[in-house]
Amino acid sequence: MTKDSPAPRLAIDIGGTFTDVVLDLGHELATAKVLTTPDAPEQGVMAGIDAVLRDTGTDPAAIGLVIHGTTLATNAILERKGAVTTLITTEGFRDVLEIGYESRYDQYDVQIEKPVPLVPRARRLTVPERMDVHGTALLPLDEQAVTALVPALEELGTESVAIGYLHAYANPDHEQRTRDLIAAALPDLSISLSSEVCPEVREYERLTTTAANAYVRPAMARYLGHMRDQLTAQKFQCPVLLMTSGGGLTTLETAQRFPIRLVESGPAGGAILACQAAAEAGLDKVISFDMGGTTAKICLIEDHQPHKAREFEVDRAARFLKGSGLPLRIPVIEMVEIGAGGGSIARLDALNRITIGPDSAGADPGPAAYDRGGDRPTITDADILLGRIDPGHFAGGKLTLAPGQSDATIKRDIGDPLDLTPPMAAYGITEMVDETMANAARVHAVEQGRVAADHAIVAFGGAAPLHAARLADKLSIDTIVVPTNAGVGSAVGFLTAPVAYEVVRSRNMRLRQFDPSLVNSIIDEMHAEASAVVDAAAPTAETVEQRIAYMRYVGQGHEIVVPLPNRPLTDADAETLQAEFDRQYEALYRRTIPTAEVEVLTWGLTLSTAAPAPEPFGESPPRDAPPPAATRRLFDAEANREIEIPLYRRPDLAPGMTIDGPAIVAEDETSTFLNSRFDATIAANGYLILHRKKETAA
Amino acid sequence: MSGTSAMDTIRMQVMWNRLIAVVEEQAQTLIRTAFSPIVRECGDLSAGVFDRQGRMLAQAVTGTPGHVNSMAESVHHFIRHFPLETMSEGDIYITNDPWMGTGHLNDFVLTTPCFRKGELVALFSCTSHLTDIGGIGTGPDGTDVHMEGIYIPMLKLADRGVMNETLLAMVRANTRQPVESEGDVYSLAACNDIGCTRLVEMMDEFELDSLDVLADYICTSSRDAVMAEIAKLPNGVYRNSMRIDGYDGPLDLVAALTIDDNGISVDYDGTSPMSRYGVNVPSAYTTAYTSFGLGCVVSPKIPNNAGSLSPFTVAAPEGSILNAPYPAAVCARHVIGQMLPDVVFGCLQQVAPNLVPAEGASCLWNLTFRGETDRGSNESTLFAVTAVTNGGTGARPNKDGLSATAYPSGVKGTPVEINESVAPVIFWRKEFRADSGGAGEFRGGLGQVLEIESAIDKEFEMLAAFDRIDHPARGRNGGQDGDRGAVFLKSGERLKGKGTQRIAAGERLVIHTPGGGGFGNPATRDPVRQAADQRNGLATASADGDD
Repeated sequence: MTKDSPAPRLAIDIGGTFTDVVLDLGHELATAKVLTTPDAPEQGVMAGIDAVLRDTGTDPAAIGLVIHGTTLATNAILERKGAVTTLITTEGFRDVLEIGYESRYDQYDVQIEKPVPLVPRARRLTVPERMDVHGTALLPLDEQAVTALVPALEELGTESVAIGYLHAYANPDHEQRTRDLIAAALPDLSISLSSEVCPEVREYERLTTTAANAYVRPAMARYLGHMRDQLTAQKFQCPVLLMTSGGGLTTLETAQRFPIRLVESGPAGGAILACQAAAEAGLDKVISFDMGGTTAKICLIEDHQPHKAREFEVDRAARFLKGSGLPLRIPVIEMVEIGAGGGSIARLDALNRITIGPDSAGADPGPAAYDRGGDRPTITDADILLGRIDPGHFAGGKLTLAPGQSDATIKRDIGDPLDLTPPMAAYGITEMVDETMANAARVHAVEQGRVAADHAIVAFGGAAPLHAARLADKLSIDTIVVPTNAGVGSAVGFLTAPVAYEVVRSRNMRLRQFDPSLVNSIIDEMHAEASAVVDAAAPTAETVEQRIAYMRYVGQGHEIVVPLPNRPLTDADAETLQAEFDRQYEALYRRTIPTAEVEVLTWGLTLSTAAPAPEPFGESPPRDAPPPAATRRLFDAEANREIEIPLYRRPDLAPGMTIDGPAIVAEDETSTFLNSRFDATIAANGYLILHRKKETAA
Repeated sequence: MSGTSAMDTIRMQVMWNRLIAVVEEQAQTLIRTAFSPIVRECGDLSAGVFDRQGRMLAQAVTGTPGHVNSMAESVHHFIRHFPLETMSEGDIYITNDPWMGTGHLNDFVLTTPCFRKGELVALFSCTSHLTDIGGIGTGPDGTDVHMEGIYIPMLKLADRGVMNETLLAMVRANTRQPVESEGDVYSLAACNDIGCTRLVEMMDEFELDSLDVLADYICTSSRDAVMAEIAKLPNGVYRNSMRIDGYDGPLDLVAALTIDDNGISVDYDGTSPMSRYGVNVPSAYTTAYTSFGLGCVVSPKIPNNAGSLSPFTVAAPEGSILNAPYPAAVCARHVIGQMLPDVVFGCLQQVAPNLVPAEGASCLWNLTFRGETDRGSNESTLFAVTAVTNGGTGARPNKDGLSATAYPSGVKGTPVEINESVAPVIFWRKEFRADSGGAGEFRGGLGQVLEIESAIDKEFEMLAAFDRIDHPARGRNGGQDGDRGAVFLKSGERLKGKGTQRIAAGERLVIHTPGGGGFGNPATRDPVRQAADQRNGLATASADGDD
């Protein structure tokens, strides 16, 4: 293999319905879409792989790397199809998983149901032991009591064990000893420790995360093992890496131990695609806007990197209502996911206000216009009624739409009750969903201490390019990028993800008592742990290290992220850290607190392979656009009348061409809608770049 | 409808949603910057935006119904003390007056005028609960408000951007937790600033010079929507009363609820007189929890603002426990105030039997501890901590009650690991209490059992303010009462439900939080549900009482 033609790589994304396979041959991408096979997911994967290899005549032995992401872990939790899991916890604390936050996620609804814990009370066992907040044993581990649990574990049909003791983040000894005792008696049992899965303070989050890891671990470990065996049988010789929720790649063995780190790997792939697009377009601040059939995902990208977080909520009982799900403390790409996709249903609330979702008509029955039994108006129906979607070429012409159904359901559910014409009602629906997404983006940006208006948008997923222009209006954003291959964005994103591993250690330290040698030794330890994973996955790659401290004023409960220099720390760095903390705090909250002391709660380190910086595309000489392929009648809400606008087909457009909004650019998987305030150029690499016209610049 | 006015309607709805997003962001800022654990861990705070008339346009949905219209009222008080024309950009106003704010001195209320292009366009207000403000401590033992801590009248916290250092020094000097208390004041200031920045951005985007038209739209459509819900209920007068423990003797909470064409009014005539001790309730707090109870049943989907609150009116005789004037002691007013939704539900049950749960534990069982630490001389040697804890809620007409869950308050419980990190106490136990929910076709939510001990060789004090120890949460429609709460030492001694008591080093304090009442005849309980409760060790008996 020469330097100019690197080995082909395969990316595989298993979703709830489809498994996407993308083969990167260097000069082109080959794709396959096959049905997911939930009972034995490796079968669908192998069928997809087989298809792309056959189509391109590629030899499995020539493949240099397989990259895999999956929602299987998430679905196991959503459908409650995980392992029979037993929790072993501190005596007196049997109900931590179920007591939860003791609060209600909807203040006014007296009928709410709380999230059901993954481990029912009958399978929550306790042992006398107790650490204090400093990690000192107040009560030694009762080893006989541990051994005495073995028959109970068997009687309960236990397939997986979670061990979670109070303050185990401060001292893991009791958890480790318990594991050893149980493993000695039941060597085949899968055991997850809270001090390994989630070594952080706050017992509910730590134990829930550990229980979730234990719950998905046997099936994920089994599946990943089977997949590796099948690849070997098919003469693959390359490593297999797994996409994590945090946007990095990890080894198959690490994924088998901590499968909970895979839950959001699909959307993470989308965010990685947006990073790539941002770099190619030379944009430093980007909002990744991924709108599919069910949800919209919004994520901030700065300097071509996504924002990271350490908490995520899965299985929200009241869908998308904050606080109604199970909290997971894992490294994730920080994003908001809201119930706003093409299939989201529009209706009126008690105040006769238009509301959207969070429920979706999904693919089956789908929007009313699919004419497959869907009887409720959706976002897609509104887009059709407004003239933004060409009903003759939806999904590359594979799906014939019935626009009359859109009209009828919107008239019945929204237009008539509000005394609006159907097009005006459809406009109201799109305005509300665009506003909902804009609010989510705005609040999300601010939570990160950023201002949405300073960003550009990268839009992908079936519905995003239709709504990006109006979203940009609402966020005072002037630039939108619509990449090529947006329809399989997540799998394409996998191909550009770095091999990365994130480690954190909770070790409280006041800056007044800053101990550089202790911090240096913590960092060395974390470096060794991360290196072990990264080196196994990418033995020869050049790596990049990022060190951070989670800091706050002593007495606060939430930390802000402060970057650390990549060198051994000295006494003088107490001042460096104080200054950097002040700078970050003031940017977020306007004023620092003069009398309060600052502390570090947690130290973090991320080691990743240095991703080759994508080449920014250059200027293309201007060329004339071809005549429109067709014209569409579009409802112009401001003028309250229909106007005629041009429709272009994306394959007809070449670099350097400019088209003027209002217009529609149609392709097989999606359409881009330019409102009258935008024009668009085709970049050298085929990306569609929308610019706000000068005279209306915000 | 013409195109233009249809566009206006859509614009109004969009801007209304934006205002709600702005106050949510204001509240998030408060949580992320707060020092007080009851704010940062539990969400005991509120945040809202007001127009120039002081009308509340949007309020963040936080865990504190007690702040619902008490904060709305407090902005009127601020405007009265500091007329709009005297306000400057960069000013911040502050009070913790229980009768101008949210009912006790621990709640600091800050109001910040918001300016755009030099014009005052709106006011932002927020409240947070400080853990310690000096005085006798956060318990019910005071006999007048001045014993309960520092009393800040209506003052300027910042004058044109310059913080009032004299006031901050006074705050620091009058609390056992000077750093945390001052930090919380800064946190409140930050949250209003963020709200104002976002509002100005919204007005720029929509080219809005004033909020007047939007405010009228929000208030009118909200009021109309609530009135439409009320119109579905039959007019009439519905009565209920409930007896609770009180501080030094039982108290009767007596209500007459009138539904008529003007809305719903609740009159607490006949309610017991005020107490000598700090369980008295200022009227704004009575109004807040009464309106919350009404809202849960009548208009749960309609956002809080001046319009949606206006159809509800509340009255209580002055000098009764529900309308205690200055200088009454009011520190633990939540113990009584949080009972009011249950009182309201007993009235509404007569017109909406399928919407109203049985009675619950209802008041938070806040474990407030105080004592000395064993830390070195560099730091304060005193600690004070409030661990938020709950009993069970009442069974619903078609569902069991929620176990260990706050209602009507919506704050979160404090994690045990956090409690132990801020105070030298050890929690040895915190679990569901089997059989504590009232039996019924649907059983009440379960209470909890807790055991707590000093972590060091020093005694500590418990500032008890608990109820439902003598008078349990009553079942509804044939459901049985929830189990009573209890406070005692593991060595045997019974403790009082209210008042400061000492727990010696080495003693274990045991707390039983109350269970919720059951709904419907226990004999009709689904055997599958009962079997599940037995399998999980939550019930030791079958539904009809046999072993």
